[in-house]
Amino acid sequence: MSDSALTLHAIDKRFGAVQALSSASLEVRRGTLHAVLGENGAGKSTLMRIAFGMMRANGGTIAIGGAPTALTSSADAIARGLGMVHQHFTLVPAMTAAENIALGGHGLLNIRHVAARVQQLSEHTGLAVDPHARVDTLGVGAQQRVEILKALYSDAHTLILDEPTAVLTPRESDELFAWLRRFVASGGTAVLVTHKLQEAVAAADDVTVLRRGRCVHTSRAADVGIAVLVRAVTGDDASAPASAVTRAAGARGALVARLHGVSARDARGVERIRDASVECFAGEIIGLAGVEGSGVHELLRLLAGRLTPSAGTVNVPTAIGFVPEDRLRDAVIEEFTLTENVALRDAAGRTGRMHWSVLDVQTAGIMQRHDVRAPSPVARVGELSGGNQQKFVVGRELDKHPSLVVAENPVRGLDIRATEHVLRELVASAGAGAAVVVYSADIDELLPIAHRMLVVFAGRVHEVRVDRAAVASALVGAP
Amino acid sequence: MAATVAVIVAAVLGILAVGGYDTPRALAALWNGAFGSTYAVLSATLVRATPLLFVGLSVGLAFRAGVLNIGAEGQLLAGAATAVAVGLWVGGLPPLVALPMVLGAGAIAGAIWAGIAGFLKVRFGVLEVISTLMLNFVATSVVSWLIRGPLQEPTRIYPQTLELAPSVHMPTLIAGHRLHLGFPLAIVLAVTVWWFLTHTAAGFRVRVVGASVRAASSAGGVNTARTAALVFLASGALAGLGGASEATGVTFALYEGISPGYGYSAIAVALLARLHPLAIILTALLFGALEAGAAAMQRDANVPSVLAAVVEALIVLGVLAFNHARTRGQRA
Amino acid sequence: MSIDAAEFLQASVRTATPLALAAYGELVVERAGVINLGLEGAMIAGSFGALVGAGVGGVGAGFAVAVGAGCATAAVMALVVLWLRADAVIAGTAVTLLSLGLTGTLYRALYGVQGAALSVPTIAPVAVPGLSLLPLVGRAFFEQPAVTYALYILGALLWWWISRTHAGLALRATGERPAAALAAGLSPVRVRAWALVFGGAMGGLAGGVLVLAQVGTFAEGMSAGRGFIAIAIVVLGRWTPVGVTGAALLFGAASQVQYVFQSLGWPVPYQLFLALPYVLTLLVLAGTQRRAAAPAALGAPLAEEAR
Repeated sequence: MSDSALTLHAIDKRFGAVQALSSASLEVRRGTLHAVLGENGAGKSTLMRIAFGMMRANGGTIAIGGAPTALTSSADAIARGLGMVHQHFTLVPAMTAAENIALGGHGLLNIRHVAARVQQLSEHTGLAVDPHARVDTLGVGAQQRVEILKALYSDAHTLILDEPTAVLTPRESDELFAWLRRFVASGGTAVLVTHKLQEAVAAADDVTVLRRGRCVHTSRAADVGIAVLVRAVTGDDASAPASAVTRAAGARGALVARLHGVSARDARGVERIRDASVECFAGEIIGLAGVEGSGVHELLRLLAGRLTPSAGTVNVPTAIGFVPEDRLRDAVIEEFTLTENVALRDAAGRTGRMHWSVLDVQTAGIMQRHDVRAPSPVARVGELSGGNQQKFVVGRELDKHPSLVVAENPVRGLDIRATEHVLRELVASAGAGAAVVVYSADIDELLPIAHRMLVVFAGRVHEVRVDRAAVASALVGAP
Repeated sequence: MAATVAVIVAAVLGILAVGGYDTPRALAALWNGAFGSTYAVLSATLVRATPLLFVGLSVGLAFRAGVLNIGAEGQLLAGAATAVAVGLWVGGLPPLVALPMVLGAGAIAGAIWAGIAGFLKVRFGVLEVISTLMLNFVATSVVSWLIRGPLQEPTRIYPQTLELAPSVHMPTLIAGHRLHLGFPLAIVLAVTVWWFLTHTAAGFRVRVVGASVRAASSAGGVNTARTAALVFLASGALAGLGGASEATGVTFALYEGISPGYGYSAIAVALLARLHPLAIILTALLFGALEAGAAAMQRDANVPSVLAAVVEALIVLGVLAFNHARTRGQRA
Repeated sequence: MSIDAAEFLQASVRTATPLALAAYGELVVERAGVINLGLEGAMIAGSFGALVGAGVGGVGAGFAVAVGAGCATAAVMALVVLWLRADAVIAGTAVTLLSLGLTGTLYRALYGVQGAALSVPTIAPVAVPGLSLLPLVGRAFFEQPAVTYALYILGALLWWWISRTHAGLALRATGERPAAALAAGLSPVRVRAWALVFGGAMGGLAGGVLVLAQVGTFAEGMSAGRGFIAIAIVVLGRWTPVGVTGAALLFGAASQVQYVFQSLGWPVPYQLFLALPYVLTLLVLAGTQRRAAAPAALGAPLAEEAR
């Protein structure tokens, strides 16, 4: 028997003209927790999808348990003892936990037998799950446990977890790591994909760092300091903080937006925000934090005037710049030109004729002022890189100096340079007198730029100090 | 594209061979029926192209807004039936008064018929694919009832209405030919729809909603339901006007089978033109020629004219395959 | 004049049989997440196939060719929607148009331009001993052609298959969330392809029933929108075999109401009764759509990451 649970050797992967992975290698020792680190877009998820048979590599070899393997589908990987817990859970919301776990099997389906086995497995592993609960009634932590049980149910000995803590509260993360340590101690193997260095170093046996599709560092976790990993991840020679952009010490101006006693429901009619009161002042950046499902997205949309409250009063200005999280879905139309996407912003209020030549000039101005690198205003947005798309969205929203700016995860998926550009734009906007509200899933992005911090927990809004520990405990509802 | 054309030609020749038809004679009839003479062009091809242009624009406009209106057939029937009903009533008025009334009534009827599906979609979330399809069958049944009931000719022998008075006939454009005012009217509408989509704010909203409902409402603040509802009405009005044009320009009466499936051919017409209103003029002409030729083929070579339906279906499938090849080309 | 309730029921079941068969096919297709407007095309292909098959080798061959012809239309649909990734609504319309055109052309080519009435052998009703003597419902449900009994068995099998096998679970997952099916090692493309083929086979069978168990001949466009009604039936039956069976019966009965009114001598125009099932569908859609148990991914094409 080999000492290696999973070996990826010299993996190449291209998407069109983009080289996502070049000769990336990874060796995961049996009975260990192996962390794979890297920035967003470094190729971590792609490498894991290849390891799990969901994607075919253009070159390289895979070995499971020392035996070279050609994976043509995830069914192959599952049959060879691999299990994957995806970043965006791949469960069927309208089905029960037991049905989800049974998915992929063959022959007759006796759901009571499945449920009994799941119950047994749940008790044996300490992963608490009600087999008969519909998945859409479960919280994210419980859904993740269903995913892990699903892998163990098909006798997985090696688990791949893709950014498992991204959606978890700190307490849930701690529980997950404690469980993973027990799992590897009892002979299992786990691959942990993350961009959070601290948690990787604290929990893992081995670490591998990916940058721009290449493996740039591999070592025992105990042998390496955070500073070395930061350099490996960012590629910078100097150990710099994640972002050099900090808030300006501006004075608080007039009241710009105010929510008073506001409640709101999501698209499914579930009350997400309860009796919230928020005041936004000119020149001030409010950092907003909250885990998935806390109601933070609904609060952002209330402030941006995109959601009608079910109770309470909302006073927001008409000139609002809104940068939504999913830009390709909510902010721009890929197959339209930059100019058409600029016109999109005022599409509702416009009447009469479209003056395209005027709009072209306006678009060229936005490109120049906000560093959007595109061939011309009539280039299609889909042709731009992700960073330039986001700079374009931010530029379009901020160009006319709105009095309120609402940004939702504005730097997600961006490289460091684009991240700094976007954060600098937000700080400058506040400096020019706008009230700015920024939400980020990563509170370390907020702390350097926020004048005030608000945390949404279970539908209620709490103001906390601009301090890591204070925010972290408020996120989980601790006093 | 060449491959698609080759497949269609091969399919047509194959069917002719399997059917044991006189292929050269059939093809000659097809050509002559469409382009063989001044008469063929001015009294067959362009006359057939006219309703296709109206419904092609109707479907094209709807699809541009992401509204999958496959009910142009029913809207055309609603327009034709209403135009005939109003035409029988106002036939005594002078043409300059009567004809616009009749055409307007047809357009309004088409808009109302499509508006039912629009209302069901906006108010109850009913998929328009299913509702417009159901409404086609309802329209067919209603026409069938009208021509045997309230609108039947006085002798009560034939399942059709009386003929319309000359004051509500579309004027013909060239003496001795059937080409009527409906054709230039449809061309003007095609240009108008194109100008509307590219040069007006309301047209831009239609394109935005068609491209991305989420972005339209989130980034543009566009009331997407309202835009879609207006498109339903406009699309229905175009198809209804097509029905009125057909009733006042070609059939002069209402009877079953007044439309040989123009509303379904419209999908092929609009898709082949990539939903571009000006290109729809060309594809409507092409399909008009095809149907005129197919009719001649049935007359002169005994080849059933439903063969045109096969060609239309193959064109749609060809366009879908071509789109696939093109997007793959972009991705690579 | 009185109306014979048993006769009315019997006629309703007879009319409902092809509708239910086609709707079972569409049920499976929609549970996989696809709306198949090519079903009408599958039915007319089945009718024509039944005519050709029965002319050559009798009733059995007729049914076999009918099913094969339905499968052929489904294969085109699967190719265009799954492989070429085209819009299913447009593709379905094209497949139906193609099938209507091809059958019309070939019918006239093979059986004369006039399309002379051509009859083929049909299967006679078989009374189930005992059960057919039950009052009222006996003749309605148990003195029918054998395909109607096959329908009962098929409905039960379908319910069992969807809820009690892993394959049925895979079908449901594909219609709800294709990405989840993919992550579990299944192929959403393959599931949808097989669902379409099954739907085509059932559509073909339904078309065959029209010819071989009811009319005894073929006419151009004789499916007359039944394929589309079957789609409505699936919606009305809320995507379950039991519901679909009930909805099909309701549609069968609705189309028979005109004869009841005729026999009662009520001067109600029959053309409007032909529109009744369609209007009913619209009303039911308006009443149930918001809380309908539709598969979550119904009508959504497979995303790149779920292939």
